[in-house]
Amino acid sequence: MVLLLAITAGVLFASAIYMILRRSLMKILVGLLLISYAVNLLLFASADLIPARPALVAADSLLPPATYADPVPQALILTAIVISFGLTAFAVVLMRQVYGTLGTDDLYEMRCTDVPCQEVEIASEEELLEEPL
Amino acid sequence: MQRSILLSFAARYLMPLMLVFSVFLLIRGHNEVGGGFAGGLVATSALMLYAIALSPAALRKLLPVEPRLLISIGLLSAFSSGVIPMLAGKPFMTGLWLKSPIPVIGKVGTPLLFDTGVYLVVIGVVVWILLTLAEE
Amino acid sequence: MDPLILLTGTVLSGILLAACAPLLYRRLGAYAAGLALFPLAIFIQLCLAIPALAAGATWQAALPWVPSLGLSLNVKLDGLGLVMALLISGIGALVIIYGGAYLKGHPFLGRFYSLVILFMTAMLGVVLSNNALLLFVFWELTSISSFFLIGFEHHKANARAAAWQALLVTGSGGLAMLAGFALLGKITGSFEISQWIESSAAVIAHPLAPAAFLLILAGAATKSAQFPFHFWLPNAMEAPTPVSAYLHSATMVKAGVYLLARLFPVFGGLALWPVVVTTLGLVTLVGGALLALAQTDLKRLLAYTTISALGSMVFFLGLGTSLAVKTAVAVLIAHALYKGALFLVAGSVDHGTGTRDIAILGGIGRAMPFTAAAAGLAGLSMAGIPPLLGFIAKELMYETTLESTLPALLSGLLLVANVGMVAVAGWVGYRPFWGQPGQEDLHPHEGSAGLWLPPILLAALSLLLGAFPQLAGKWLVAPAAQAVWQATLSVKLSIWHGLTPMLGLSALTLLLGIGLSAARQRLQPAIARFWHALAKFGPAALYPRSLHTVLSFAAWQTNLLQSGYLRLYVGSIILFTVVLAIFTMARQSIQLVLPTISPPRFYDVILIGIILTAAFLVTRARSRLATMALLGSIGFSIAVIFLLYSAPDLAMVQFAIETLTVILFVLVLYRLPKFKQLSSQSAKITDMLVALMGGILMTGLMLIVSAHNSDAHLARYFVENSLPLANGRNIVNVILVDFRGFDTMGEITVLSIAALGVFSLIKLAAGGKKKRQVPLARGKK
Repeated sequence: MVLLLAITAGVLFASAIYMILRRSLMKILVGLLLISYAVNLLLFASADLIPARPALVAADSLLPPATYADPVPQALILTAIVISFGLTAFAVVLMRQVYGTLGTDDLYEMRCTDVPCQEVEIASEEELLEEPL
Repeated sequence: MQRSILLSFAARYLMPLMLVFSVFLLIRGHNEVGGGFAGGLVATSALMLYAIALSPAALRKLLPVEPRLLISIGLLSAFSSGVIPMLAGKPFMTGLWLKSPIPVIGKVGTPLLFDTGVYLVVIGVVVWILLTLAEE
Repeated sequence: MDPLILLTGTVLSGILLAACAPLLYRRLGAYAAGLALFPLAIFIQLCLAIPALAAGATWQAALPWVPSLGLSLNVKLDGLGLVMALLISGIGALVIIYGGAYLKGHPFLGRFYSLVILFMTAMLGVVLSNNALLLFVFWELTSISSFFLIGFEHHKANARAAAWQALLVTGSGGLAMLAGFALLGKITGSFEISQWIESSAAVIAHPLAPAAFLLILAGAATKSAQFPFHFWLPNAMEAPTPVSAYLHSATMVKAGVYLLARLFPVFGGLALWPVVVTTLGLVTLVGGALLALAQTDLKRLLAYTTISALGSMVFFLGLGTSLAVKTAVAVLIAHALYKGALFLVAGSVDHGTGTRDIAILGGIGRAMPFTAAAAGLAGLSMAGIPPLLGFIAKELMYETTLESTLPALLSGLLLVANVGMVAVAGWVGYRPFWGQPGQEDLHPHEGSAGLWLPPILLAALSLLLGAFPQLAGKWLVAPAAQAVWQATLSVKLSIWHGLTPMLGLSALTLLLGIGLSAARQRLQPAIARFWHALAKFGPAALYPRSLHTVLSFAAWQTNLLQSGYLRLYVGSIILFTVVLAIFTMARQSIQLVLPTISPPRFYDVILIGIILTAAFLVTRARSRLATMALLGSIGFSIAVIFLLYSAPDLAMVQFAIETLTVILFVLVLYRLPKFKQLSSQSAKITDMLVALMGGILMTGLMLIVSAHNSDAHLARYFVENSLPLANGRNIVNVILVDFRGFDTMGEITVLSIAALGVFSLIKLAAGGKKKRQVPLARGKK
């Protein structure tokens, strides 16, 4: 099962990366969702997989039964799931506003929002030189 | 939007049940499956079911406080659960517990206050986001 | 007074006052010159401290600041610091008064007060710090306030360029100095300067000592405008004249000299010290004086002679005999007094006539008698005529070179420089006032008392200390020289030594200097032509060339890295990670261990089948609805996996979140753009390869991690202590709310911020929506 899950996480990563590399905003959003699934699965399966033994202490004992699922990655994933919802909501709204403002969802057409599209002028030596000495 | 009578009927009666269940999840979360995150999400689902079945405005009317106020209350109670032990001269966020358990709720301590904070923040955040979107 | 309060209180209240100064100016108007009371109060306190400090006491105080960095507010006042602090506070008070008159009505006068007080505080911090890191902080603060003051008239392109130049040159020197401090800190294990002095024998024996010394010297040389970094100082004359008087002649440029003097007990024994420091000083001393001869602008004349004087101080510190140390201190005091006065005079002349060109100025002494008096006195001191302090300093200079190992050479070069000084003193102190007027009608007039009183006071101080040399010797020179020499020194200054070789050299200097001064009109054009021909080989020409290279390189690499294509950013990150991971695995010879394959259970296969199919289909889907359905099926399948493999809490949360995510998308889906096929076929194939590499890497990493994960003692700790320490049986929840509760608090805060972000994005856009085009906004409710 670990091998299967490893492959599954790998496939999820691959399709997430592929989607993030697209030009369309929507597809990048899908990529973001996929990558959070992939990360959660990766964290989950990197601990030993133990069926039907949650890390709970029974009412009459001090320790859980001898074998139990590792609670640490579970705690990590639990908050990650909730945070990824916040991230998704923010990304969705951000992309919608970008689309509404710029009228396009093609990242290539948004290049000029990140870098100046004209050539940057660099002061020539003569301009930098005031009076010699 | 055409409203489904069945859905709105179900929502009216399911919602309180789910809310009670969410509180139950929150309180027993320290010992059994559940906790602030799970409880908060169940409560949110209940509220959103109501909003979808009736209308976002109906949910607004139902909520006693603004969702963003829930966030502040939640953050404040989570933070105060850390500060209370400091008043007792212990390091920040040391768990303090009452000696005797309270009936129905069970053992009460600052971690429960913290978990309540998480619960309220989760409800506040998700309901706020979704209501803002729905009302737009 | 308690030294702790005096020393740290000064620094803190200075910063506070600097912040309030513009406000005070707006309230008080012309009375804001009363801000001078602050430096005056410090000056008086310091004067009262002179007897104690001259007797060899030091005042010390320390407050921890950032203990983990070895940074403490460790301040110490000794003789050397005292002399510097007296100059800083005394001249500071005069400059604030003068500046108020000079910049009267200027829209930025409030800013001027603020920056000057900030500078003064920083400069006091430099000379009071006993901790090298603290010194560095104040050192940089002086560079920054100097930057703002040079660029004070920021509408002028020249002022901006000069400000940049000064900041870049002194700033890069400062960085070198910090590296030097770090090396010294490593050698001695401390950043306390007094500690460095105590362990100087160990420092000198250390192989890294020369490197530390040269790096620190670079800082001192850039700050004190030593060759080849001298060129920023004349350009800094773009600053208002009071600033030039204060920062660029009397105090800030002396910070480098101060640092060398301060570290003389540490590095003085280094074989490198005399060679490098004397050469540096000598070249600057002679070069500065000769360059000055080509100038006709009053301020530039003064700037180049300042370079020369700074060179002489460095030179004498380099010689490193007890006499040389005394000389350096005496020159430092004498120069600050006469040069500060002359700069203020230049400002008054500019103010009264509208020009600073000595070819035009002449005969204005009758109209500006007070300024002329100040100029005359300060000029006499600069020329080295008794009974002024400059004369005593010059006698000491000759005495030191005559007693050195190369008396003829060093005295000869010193003579050349001093002749230049005398000539410039004549051009600045005499010619504009009593010489032949040029062709223009100047209408000179004397300004308000604020414009002539400060220079007269400074010049008079030169006279006072010169007339009573034992006063200066006992109370100022001796304590400072002792702090540098780290032993008791007797300093007996006097005007008349009898007929000595020094007196002869002084007389010869004067004679040649006066001759040169008189021959200005004939000689100056030739000298100017000579320097102009050399200019393109000078370091000043190198500056724009190297700056241009740096800027071009920055533009090139920014264009390369900052392409504006998200695809390229993400792609290069992934490829780099893959390469790095493979490299690390190969180097540490980590083997991929395949886990023992247990036959998967029936529902495992189904769940994984769903996820794999959906993950594949999602990359090819063309409709938004289908994509959401596919994503949902992945999410729910993962939730079931959580449920099957002992994570009921996770499953519950995942189910709820999936449901809410669906609601989220339902609410916005139709306001989002449709899927489009934008990429070309070849881009798709490249991306597919990148994605595959990333996926394979993650699979591999996961297999490696799970093969090495048998012993999780973190988990064991949580499990064993969950009930006893935290009263909880659900260990996952106990970790969340108790063991790692602080993390969870951070997470719910982040969540709240995300909600705030969503809300403000929608509300902000709603506010400005009318101006924007919103195509496809059809899903109206």
